[in-house]
Amino acid sequence: MMENFGYLFAAYTIIFMVIFAYVMFIWRRQRRLEQEVAALERRLAELTGQSSKTRSAS
Amino acid sequence: MNRNFIAMLGIVTALLMVAALYMAFLYVPNEATQGIVQRIFYFHVPCAWVAFAGFGLVAIAGALYLWLGDQIWDDLGQAAAETGMVFCTLVLITGSIWAKPIWGVWWTWDSRLTTTLLLWLMYGGYLMLRAAADETPQSARVAAVLGIIAALDVPVVIVSVRLWRTIHPAVLVTRQGGHGLEDPRMVATLLVAMAAFTALFAWLLILRLATLRTRARLNRLTLEIALAEAGD
Repeated sequence: MMENFGYLFAAYTIIFMVIFAYVMFIWRRQRRLEQEVAALERRLAELTGQSSKTRSAS
Repeated sequence: MNRNFIAMLGIVTALLMVAALYMAFLYVPNEATQGIVQRIFYFHVPCAWVAFAGFGLVAIAGALYLWLGDQIWDDLGQAAAETGMVFCTLVLITGSIWAKPIWGVWWTWDSRLTTTLLLWLMYGGYLMLRAAADETPQSARVAAVLGIIAALDVPVVIVSVRLWRTIHPAVLVTRQGGHGLEDPRMVATLLVAMAAFTALFAWLLILRLATLRTRARLNRLTLEIALAEAGD
C-alpha cells in the first residue's frame, strides 16, 4: 500500500509549489505596479502644480 | 476590493486547506484497490472543478464585455482565464502522476484526458493572444469571442466519460448511476477539499483582478501625464 507514497508526495508537493509560485508572481507584479503608479502620481502632481503656477504667474 | 476582505478570504482559504490536508492524509481511509495513491483525487478533482469554474467565468465575462463594453469584464475574463489555467495545469500534472502507478503510463489518449488537454491548449492560446496583442478594444473583443468558444469544451470534458469508451474513473457519478466514493469519509474529504479550492480560486482571482485594475490605473495616469506635458 505504501509503495506509491512517492507519487502521492510528488502530486501534493507540485500542487503547493505551483500555487505558491503563482501567488508570488501576482504579489511581485502588484508591488511593481503600485510603485510605478506612485511615481506617475508624483510626476502628475508636479506637472499640474507647474501648470497652475505658470497660469497664476501669467 | 477591500483589503480586509482579501485578507479574511486568505485566512479562510488557509484554514480550509489545512483541514483538507488533514482529512486527505489522516482522516480518510485507503481506497481498497488503488491504495494510498487514490488520495491524489481529493485535490485533483477540486482542481478540475475550479478550472472549469474559471473557464465558465471567462465565457460569462466575455459575453458581458461584448454586450456592455465595460473594461472590468475584460479584466475579469483575463484574470479568470489565467487562474483557470493554473488549476487546469495542476489537473493534467496530478492526473498524470496518478495514472503512472494505476495505469502503468504517464499519459494515454483517453477521451477525458484528450478533451482536458484540448481545453488547456485553447486557453493557452487565449492567454498568448492577450500577451502578444496590444490592449485595444478590438483585441479584447477577439479574446472575448475566443474565451467563449474555448469554454464550449468544458461540458464536453464533463460528459466525455459518458459519451465515449474511457478508462478514466467517474469519481462523482459512475456510468452505472452510483457515485464512486462509497465511504462517507471519502465524500466528506472531497467536499472539504472542494470548499478549500473554491476559496483559493476566489482569493487568487481577486488578487489577479486587483493587479489588472492597477495596470489600468497606470495606463490612465500615463495618458494624463502625456496630456499634461502636451499642454505645457
